[in-house]
Parts: sequence; C-alpha cells; structure tokens
Amino acid sequence: MVTSVNLCGIELRNPVVPASGTFGFGLEASSFYDINCLGGISLKGTTLEARFGNECPRIAECPDGMINSVGLQNPGVKVLVEEKIPALRKIYGGVVIANVSGFSIEEYEKCCSAVSASPDVDIIEVNVSCPNVHGGGLAFGTDAATAAQVTRAVKRVSTKPVFIKLSPNVTDIAAIARACEEAGADGLTLINTILGMRIDIRRRKPVVANRYGGFSGRAVLPVALRMVNQVHNACSLPIMGCGGVSCASDVVEMMMAGATAVQVGAENLRNPMACRDIVNELPLLMEELHIENINEIIGIV
Amino acid sequence: MRQGDYTILENSRIASRIWRMTLSGDTEGILRGGQFVDVEVDGCFLRRPFAVTDWTKDTLSLIYKVVGQGTEIMSQWREGSSVNLLTGLGNGFDTSLCRKKALVVCGGIGASPAFHLVKELIEEGKEVTVVLGYNNASELILFDEYRKLGAGVRVATMDGSVGIKGLVTDVIDTLDGGYDFFYTCGPKVMMEAVCRKLDISGQVSLEERMGCGCGICFGCTCHTADGPKRVCFDGPVFKKEDVIW
Ligand SMILES: Cc1cc2nc3c(=O)[nH]c(=O)nc-3n(C[C@H](O)[C@H](O)[C@H](O)COP(=O)(O)OP(=O)(O)OC[C@H]3O[C@@H](n4cnc5c(N)ncnc54)[C@H](O)[C@@H]3O)c2cc1C
Ligand SMILES: Cc1cc2nc3c(=O)[nH]c(=O)nc-3n(C[C@H](O)[C@H](O)[C@H](O)COP(=O)(O)O)c2cc1C
Ligand code: FES
Repeated sequence: MVTSVNLCGIELRNPVVPASGTFGFGLEASSFYDINCLGGISLKGTTLEARFGNECPRIAECPDGMINSVGLQNPGVKVLVEEKIPALRKIYGGVVIANVSGFSIEEYEKCCSAVSASPDVDIIEVNVSCPNVHGGGLAFGTDAATAAQVTRAVKRVSTKPVFIKLSPNVTDIAAIARACEEAGADGLTLINTILGMRIDIRRRKPVVANRYGGFSGRAVLPVALRMVNQVHNACSLPIMGCGGVSCASDVVEMMMAGATAVQVGAENLRNPMACRDIVNELPLLMEELHIENINEIIGIV
Repeated sequence: MRQGDYTILENSRIASRIWRMTLSGDTEGILRGGQFVDVEVDGCFLRRPFAVTDWTKDTLSLIYKVVGQGTEIMSQWREGSSVNLLTGLGNGFDTSLCRKKALVVCGGIGASPAFHLVKELIEEGKEVTVVLGYNNASELILFDEYRKLGAGVRVATMDGSVGIKGLVTDVIDTLDGGYDFFYTCGPKVMMEAVCRKLDISGQVSLEERMGCGCGICFGCTCHTADGPKRVCFDGPVFKKEDVIW
C-alpha cells in the first residue's frame, strides 16, 4: 500500500499535515506523541517582527467549529529561523513548512528570504489573508492582481517551493488561483479561515475582543471541498487541501476533490492527537475502499 | 498532557448551580494543585477547562458551576458514563514558595483549584489560613473539607448569610498576619484587590477562554511583565509581580 505523496519533488510519507496555527512550532506536540508519523508540519504563521496579536478573548465556540482571532502572535522570523525550526529539526525528520505573513509586499519578501535561507525548511507557505496596510486594509488574497504581486515578489527571493495559501473570503477563488499560477507559484494551500462573528447576547458584545475572527473546524468542510475542487479544475498546481478535516474519510474526500496533501487545523484543538489518529486510520480506510496507492484518488471526481 | 477516557463515579449538585463530578481513570499526569483538565463535551466543539479539586491514584474530582451550554450538558451526565479528558494541563501552584505560613484567598468557584494546594501545604507542615468569599450561603462550597484538612477557615459573604458581611479583603483586615506567601484564585477583580492589599509575594491563578488548552494554538495569551504568556501552558498560575491587571 502506498500512502506517500509528492509535492514539487518533496516526498511526504503520508498526506497528513497539521495546519498553520494549530500545532505551534511542533515542539509542544512532540511530547504528546511521536510527531515523526506526520507527513509534514505547517508552522505557526510568522511575520518579520514579533507580534503579540489581538487581545483576548481570541476564541469563540461555534456549532461544529470555532472562531479564532489570535492575530498572528509569533516571535518574529529571526527567532523562528534561529531557534524554533532548528529545535524542531532535531526531533522531526518529515517535511517542515514555514508559514509566512506580511502586511506589505516588502515584509513578505524579507520574511520569505529569511526562511528560505534556513536549511531546515522544505516548503514556504505564504498566507495572503492578511490586510494590506498600503491597500486600504484589504486582504492581499482577495484580489487577483495583489495576490499575483505577492507571489512574484516572494518567488524572486525564495529558493524553496512556494505555496500560496488562499483566502476563502472571495467570490471567484479559481481566478485568484490562476493569477498565482501565472505569477509563478509552485503550489496552493486552501482554505484559510472564513471571516465570522459571534455575539454574547448577555453582554451585548462580540465574543472575541477583535469583533470578527476566522471561522473554521468541521462545519467548513463542504466549503473547503468545493473550493479545492474549483481550483483543481482551474489550474494545474499541486494543492494542500485544508478546512474542516477531522478524520481519515475527510482526508480521502479532500484528495478526491483535488488535494495532494491534506491539512488538519481546528481539529487539533479539540483533540491534540487528531493527526496521529488520522494517520493510523488512513491505511485501514484505504483497504476498505480498495485504494492501493493514495495518489490514484487525487482529483478523481 | 495525557488523554484518556474516564468513568463518572458521581455527578451531583453540591450548592446553588454548582456540581461535583468524581471520575475514575489515570491520574498519573496530574502533579500539582491548580492544574486543570480539558473535558470533551458531546454537542460542543471545544473542550471545557476545569481545575482538578482533588485526586487519588485512580480518581479525580472537579467542581463546576453551570454557566452555559457545556456545563449545562455536563450537569446531566449520569454515573457510569464515559468522558474523554486531557489531564495534567498547566503549571499549578508552587508550594515551595511558601516557607512557613500561607494565606490562601478564594472567591466563589475559586475555592476548587486551591483545594489540593492547601492539602499539599499542610502535608508539608505549613500553617494555612483559607479565606473563602461567596455572594451568599447558597454558593458555599468546600468549607467543611478545608476545615478537615486542618486549615484555619474564614468566610465572607456579600449578604452576610455566612461569616462576615463583606469581601475577602475585609476578612484579610481582621487577620493576625505573619504570612510569608499568599495564593489566590477567583474573579479577576477580587484577585487584583488581594494583590494590591498584600505586600508579601504571592501566586495568582488566571482564567482565559481557551482553544486547545495545551499550548499549541496561542488562543489564551495574556500580557505579563515577562512578555506574552499562554495561560494554559505557561500558567494558569503566575507570580503576582508578573501579572498585568
Ligand atoms: C484554567 C481554568 C480553570 C477553570 N476551572 C474551573 C473550575 O474549577 N470550576 C468552574 O466552574 N469553572 C472553571 N473554569 C471556567 C470554566 O472553564 C467555564 O465556566 C466553562 O468553560 C463554561 O462553559 P459553558 O459551555 O458552560 O459556557 P459557555 O459560555 O456556553 O461557553 C462558551 C465558550 O466560552 C468558554 N468560557 C466561558 N466562560 C469561561 C470562563 N470563565 N473561563 C474560560 N472559558 C470560558 C467555554 O469554555 C466555551 O469555549 C476554569 C477556566 C479555566 C481557564
Ligand atoms: C487557532 C488558529 C490559528 C491559525 N493561525 C494561522 C496562521 O498563523 N497562519 C495561517 O496561514 N493560517 C492560520 N490558521 C488557519 C488554519 O491553518 C486553517 O487554514 C483553517 O483553520 C482551516 O482549517 P480547519 O477548518 O481544519 O481549522 C489558524 C487557524 C486556527 C484555528
Ligand atoms: S488555549 Fe491554545 S495555547 Fe492556550
């Protein structure tokens, strides 16, 4: 049975990857189970300088999901490259995905060139869901031209494969995907969180201090599947599918929609063992579905 | 952190809207009073965090107040049913910081996280005064249990229905002193007042809405004098000097 998949020439022992922001820098989780069972790990989003992020509360419960407004808390790219990634590399032999954010094209560029220089990074994932401070606060990823501009800028400075992580808060995700492909992206990750809100009816206030936050978890799976499928049909880049995945059958579904690898986000918060459980479950499900090689189902629908 | 299934031995109401649940299962991951567990609740996406009141080699107990969706569901759980927990979360209180005589100040449900702390302090031969504050007599919990441990127990209620009428800080005014360290757990305003009143060092147990409860999501980060800290992983117990109110 074959469970390994290949992203731009980089082999993952299986398609299961914890999504950025839901697995820290991999170190805490390494005390929960042997993280070497994971195909890859997408690290917490990093910016050029350290960020506290938003004030608490940052978390809101939702039916079958949650809202987070962590706001990219991170220690800055220098600490990531000099401390966090080398510490992870000591204990983890799989694929390390550095997730990069920015509030200007220049910040994306500087951040990507810093992570690109790290010998321990295999793939760079560029989160374009952040607001563009020079573009009236609109997220880079909500406009095809700006998404392409970020892609070109980061590709110029990166020596590693670059995956652009798309925002679902758009009308036509296929158009954005095509723009990134034309601008030179090596792959795409989708979806990021869906903008959402909860209100505390007793306090008459939004639950999260930042008012709005990113909605994700089991409830978003159908939206993620639809978008992965649309993007798969619109361009030929490899896709890391993400959004609402909680078990091995969701992984299979995501791959049938067109993903080569599959990221698991909020489910890690409900169950810190989720990715390990999915990795263990996957071969059993493949056997049941008569799948000899997991690659045969990619984009089959 | 450990994950496991636990069996409910007892789940009953002990005061107004307050329940105690005793569970059997692996407690090896629980090391200190003030640590917490994260309870999976069928019908809720996220787990719910609760301090461990007390534990033995194979049982643990929680005391929880019914305040919303999750705790409402929990209050209906029957003896014998199974619950999934993450245990051994957070740092817990540090008894070694108290040399001889400790003052432990709790507000409402905050009496629960401090229970095992007081047990540890007394086992270590330290003298302990526990000040418990409640709105009224119907919320009184753990009063007899604290007395049985051998602690001096003083109570304040807002309406004067038990103990003195007033706040925990009013009780503190009546104490003899000689304390070298304090511990506090309860509503934030109460803990802030306690920290401002007492000039000795102390530890404070903070609360925040949580995602993972185990340090991987940065959902619970607070500002401290020592930089950003995750309440679930670096805390929930912090030094008085580090807390930014
Ligand atoms: C470290 C820690 C220890 C705690 N120990 C105890 C304890 O021993 N006994 C006890 O009764 N309560 C304790 N709490 C508070 C308890 O977690 C909440 O009362 C409970 O989560 C409410 O859940 P709900 O679904 O009933 O409320 P809802 O309001 O429906 O919950 C909605 C969401 O908000 C969160 N939430 C609501 N209130 C709080 C709160 N005060 N703190 C943190 N998250 C909250 C819930 O976890 C859930 O994610 C503790 C909290 C923390 C962080
Ligand atoms: C607490 C939390 C923090 C996140 N932080 C980041 C981040 O730093 N960078 C990023 O690209 N995506 C981040 N995400 C988005 C996830 O990586 C993922 O794209 C999204 O949550 C959808 O997947 P899910 O439904 O499995 O959670 C975060 C999500 C959560 C829940
Ligand atoms: S709740 Fe996830 S880091 Fe604290």
